[in-house]
Amino acid sequence: MLEIRGLHASVVGKEILKGVDLSVAAGEVHAIMGPNGSGKSTLAGVLAGREAFDVTAGSVTFDGKDLLPLSPEERSWAGIFLGFQYPVEIPGVTNATFLRAAVNARRKQRGEPELDAVDFLALAKRQMRLLQMDETFLHRSLNEGFSGGEKKRNEILQMALLTPRFAVLDETDSGLDIDALRVVAGGVNALRGPDRAIVLVTHYQRLLDYVVPDRVHVLSAGKIVRSGGPELAKELEAKGYGWLTGPAAKPATTKA
Amino acid sequence: MADPSPPRSSGVGPSARPSAPTGAAPAPTPAADALLARARAVRVEGPAWWTSRRAEALARFAARGFPSLRDEDWKYTSLARLAATPWAPPDRAYPRAEVAARVQRSRLHLAGGLVLVFVDGRYAADLSVVPPQLGGVLFGSLADALRNAPSHLEPHLGRVAVGGDRPFADLSTAAFDDGVLLHATPGTCLPVPVEVLHVTTRPGTACFPRTLVVAATGSRLTLVEHHVALTDAPYLSLPVVEVSVAQHAAVEHVLWQEEADSAFHVASVVAHQARDSRFSSCVLTLGGALARTDVDVVLDGEGAEATLHGLNLVFGSRHADQHTRLDHAKPHGTSRQLYKTVLDGKAVGVFNGKVLVRPDAQKTDAQQAHHNLLLSAEATANTKPELEIYADDVKCAHGATVGRLDDEKLFYLRSRGLPEVIARDLLLRAFARDVTERIQIEAVRARLDRWMTERMPALAGREERT
Repeated sequence: MLEIRGLHASVVGKEILKGVDLSVAAGEVHAIMGPNGSGKSTLAGVLAGREAFDVTAGSVTFDGKDLLPLSPEERSWAGIFLGFQYPVEIPGVTNATFLRAAVNARRKQRGEPELDAVDFLALAKRQMRLLQMDETFLHRSLNEGFSGGEKKRNEILQMALLTPRFAVLDETDSGLDIDALRVVAGGVNALRGPDRAIVLVTHYQRLLDYVVPDRVHVLSAGKIVRSGGPELAKELEAKGYGWLTGPAAKPATTKA
Repeated sequence: MADPSPPRSSGVGPSARPSAPTGAAPAPTPAADALLARARAVRVEGPAWWTSRRAEALARFAARGFPSLRDEDWKYTSLARLAATPWAPPDRAYPRAEVAARVQRSRLHLAGGLVLVFVDGRYAADLSVVPPQLGGVLFGSLADALRNAPSHLEPHLGRVAVGGDRPFADLSTAAFDDGVLLHATPGTCLPVPVEVLHVTTRPGTACFPRTLVVAATGSRLTLVEHHVALTDAPYLSLPVVEVSVAQHAAVEHVLWQEEADSAFHVASVVAHQARDSRFSSCVLTLGGALARTDVDVVLDGEGAEATLHGLNLVFGSRHADQHTRLDHAKPHGTSRQLYKTVLDGKAVGVFNGKVLVRPDAQKTDAQQAHHNLLLSAEATANTKPELEIYADDVKCAHGATVGRLDDEKLFYLRSRGLPEVIARDLLLRAFARDVTERIQIEAVRARLDRWMTERMPALAGREERT
């Protein structure tokens, strides 16, 4: 479904991704782990079309089509979703207005009729109950004054409403208490399906107790240095990243 | 009669500025010459006090002339183009069917509401809508009122907007030949807003929309003053609104300015508040090549409360200047100001908010905020709070910001599938929202919303096409 080949990307002239290769097939859940500054969020941002990131080499295809020329909204319409590490607060735009605009933008692209306020509210409330979110969230400004956990639930709500085919969740688990983590994991598991794929970008192993990945990758200094099954996450938890990212483990091409 | 006595020009301290630089006479300009000639030719029947008030205003304006960039209050707003045009008086005749259609389209259609229509500055009785039941409210043409019952007007007309340096109010007083009188008698509460619709039909002309609102003790009324035009070519509109709010009275004024994009619009809203009164002003600046609005309030009684807000949507090469002046003259006054300006293209925005707290005005609580949103690199915002505080036990706060649309917010919205134009539109509306949600009249809010829907997506997408 998603093929990344030799991806290099820079932020204000500084190269962050230095040749990433990754294949994610439909029906799979992958976890990308790695220390701070390894390029995890950059990779997530590049997939969603963040303009501040320059792709300098390599390719990304989604269902065989080149993803890189597409605008962020076109990627969303194609079925890609990015769960933000730091969801943005937008005072003056209510959550309901935003969510309905997003759902209807998608429906319009698919040639489906737009939802009116009544149908939309019914849909949103159903999803919110599953995520144990209070209905008052709909009438608050988007993410404004939300706690960290509320923001992350709101990301999962957006994902549930947009039903993407490919979701990248950028540290959606960080800063969550155990209850919120379970709720978020439940939302992710609910999305799993044979036609969908999910990439969890995470710093910690604990989310993977609730969402068991098919593949685990370790990103370090802009490259994937190790891939394995779910047991790799346990190994990382036990040993830390040092054994993979220490001087001995660095690729020979890296300058001293 | 419990009506307050408005302030005379002999006020203490900073307001007692000389009305003109002494010595040199102002340089003559085609506009000043034309408008002075017109003022001298105006014949309005009225009592002796009015004749002399008018003559004094005329003399003041003749000695002062138009302000220039050297005047502190006009530092960022050049009147050169306005002053270079010999503005003509409007014709009596106008395209009636077209105006009637425009009135139908522009009026709010509030059930049971009074609608007073002025075409090119003159009252159009046949286009106005006068409901049968308006107990307690005297209304009509100022020209008629001056002929018939001038004793009601004497304390107010040309007396609220006086003192300090007010060349445009003086010019209006000298030159207007008709206007709106709205007088709520004691205890009257008008449930439906009064609409005054000013329609300009003739390019190249000047008109002087003039309004006097007198709210007697304990009365309450809302006035929506809406300015529209049938022409796209330049014209000049110089509205002056005088509002006298007696004890325990409440007045809400909306100046909803949808002038042609090439028009010149220089407006003054001046309110005088007595004890425990409330005054609220909302200015919506949507049109005009040059739009200048002065909102000037004297809180001249204990416990008076003033709420001022405004939204300036300024695009292309337009220029919008909002000045406010809050004169806290008595203790326990409260004022709240919130203005927002959106600037695109090469537009220029100016905000100057003056708060004066006089020595007697202890326990004053004054807040002022002005926020600018710049949509293009070539737009300019000038914003200046001006606090003069002569009392020691007061709360005064002010804040001003200039910002751009946040890329991170745009990316967030777009990543959820909102097309860029819609994402920008949402963010613009979000910026305007805390002003728009303060508009009490739902029909105005809905109209503004529609205006934004029609005009803003194109603007929001403009940068992408260049």
